[in-house]
Amino acid sequence: MLFRKFSLLIYALLILIPLVVVLLTSVKTLQETFRDPLGLPDGGFKFDNYIAIFQEQTMAGYFLNSTIVTLFSVSFTLLLAAMVAFGITRMNNWIGNLLFAVFTLGMMVPAQVIMVPLYSLMLDLGLTNSLLGLILVNISSTLPIAVFILTGFMKTLPKELFEASTIDGAGNWKMFTKVAIPLSLPSISATAIFLFVMHWNDLLYPLLFITDNAYKTLPLALLEFQGQYSTNYPMLFTGVIIASAPMVIAYVLLQRYFVAGITAGAVKG
Amino acid sequence: MRISKSIYLFFLPGLVLYSLLFLYPTISALFYSFTDWDGLSTAFQFVGIDNYTRAFTGDSIFQKTIGNNLKFMLTVVVFQTLVALAFALIVIKNTKTNVFLRALYFFPTILSSVSVAFIWAFIYDPSMGILNQVLQLIGLDFLAQNWLGNANIAIFSLAITQIWFHAGQMLIIFVAGLQAIPEELYEVAKIEGASKWQAFRSVTWPLLAPSATIVVAYTTIQSFKAFDLVFAMTGGGPNNSTEIIATYIYDVAFKSYQFGYASSISVIFMVIIALITYLQFKALRSDRVSY
Repeated sequence: MLFRKFSLLIYALLILIPLVVVLLTSVKTLQETFRDPLGLPDGGFKFDNYIAIFQEQTMAGYFLNSTIVTLFSVSFTLLLAAMVAFGITRMNNWIGNLLFAVFTLGMMVPAQVIMVPLYSLMLDLGLTNSLLGLILVNISSTLPIAVFILTGFMKTLPKELFEASTIDGAGNWKMFTKVAIPLSLPSISATAIFLFVMHWNDLLYPLLFITDNAYKTLPLALLEFQGQYSTNYPMLFTGVIIASAPMVIAYVLLQRYFVAGITAGAVKG
Repeated sequence: MRISKSIYLFFLPGLVLYSLLFLYPTISALFYSFTDWDGLSTAFQFVGIDNYTRAFTGDSIFQKTIGNNLKFMLTVVVFQTLVALAFALIVIKNTKTNVFLRALYFFPTILSSVSVAFIWAFIYDPSMGILNQVLQLIGLDFLAQNWLGNANIAIFSLAITQIWFHAGQMLIIFVAGLQAIPEELYEVAKIEGASKWQAFRSVTWPLLAPSATIVVAYTTIQSFKAFDLVFAMTGGGPNNSTEIIATYIYDVAFKSYQFGYASSISVIFMVIIALITYLQFKALRSDRVSY
């Protein structure tokens, strides 16, 4: 029993200590960090790093780009995936099954496999250095898993509900917006959280398609701070905190939904 | 019941986007893998299976890369699964403390790979890193290392970071699987006088197989795709000792502009992933039981 409690404590510390160190380091100077990497700052907490990073970097711009890309990617992935899932569920024949197979095939192919041809395609389409380009690629890359999860859910909905609305003279679109979407909300919101975390944190696509500072998202900007600040950990960790803040705040508030959503993504993907 | 033809319209936007930005690039990866295209010029030549021959016989870095990937994958799959399962068994009951601990263990999952890379770069830093400091503190100075700079151990240092990053997520999957096992089965085992270990062997383990399948399969694929972490922490160095297939594809394509050759490595990568997925599901499916 004691051993169990001890193990739980050790694991908890392994998570907590690095996080506390990140927070502390962000309010220390570089000199203080060199002198005593794990200690408290000598003259109290200083927020100079936070001021400096906003002065030296276009942080607000990166933040805005990440927000735009994430919001549009998540909402359009969900909309398109829900439409496909609804189509597959309603058709319920070999064409539907074939389309389901075609879409879910995408879960097997890692993004890294197609990065070379995708890069040249995006170049040809003039979609590099563009937020629209990033959003489109994000949607197509998460469509498979979203289709998979939402189809699984919609297939469990009682058929009678759809049929009843047909008798009432509802067309497919009305059935989709008035029946399928409201009833699938639990599954849609779980998928939404999963997609939020994924798109907010994505590095590969911005790395491939964005070279202009005006269109960089937070993970890419953060990665490049390493080149500028080298081992200036106070500055790097200030960047880490700013980039992670929205997800951390959302996690603290919606913790249960986060755990369920991200796990659903893993289990079903 | 007849369904109106307008149902096809529901597929249209998704299918167009997916075909253009996923299916087409996948197929063209296969096409370019038989060419010597440099990615910039419009002209290229077909070189047959030369790229594949080169990968398997003439490219020692690529072969090293496959070995690195296996080392990384095996370390992560074995230890992450064990850690996740062991801790899931401890925090299975929904007490307040356990719910809090699960949330804490899960926390790293919501961070970006770049953030995790920076945190661990600081932990591993040879001069001011937390790890070496702690080792000194408890009198184990001789273990202090340049954790990411030593070519013999860098890949394992990365594997530990990956486990810190994702073990909590796997733990949650195990908890969900464990909680789905009916309590009565344990009571029966108790009445029949089974020891704790026997109960684990005959009740928990067989019924946990579905969750174990998911965890192992997901961890394997995830460790093959660990591009971000490797790219941000070591960039494949030192001396290619942490180069994995995904980062190597990036280097070949975007640093030495050999798009044709990079495409052929992508195709090999795809085949490996498909093979692993298939084998795992086949192997683990035979363990499944119903009750």
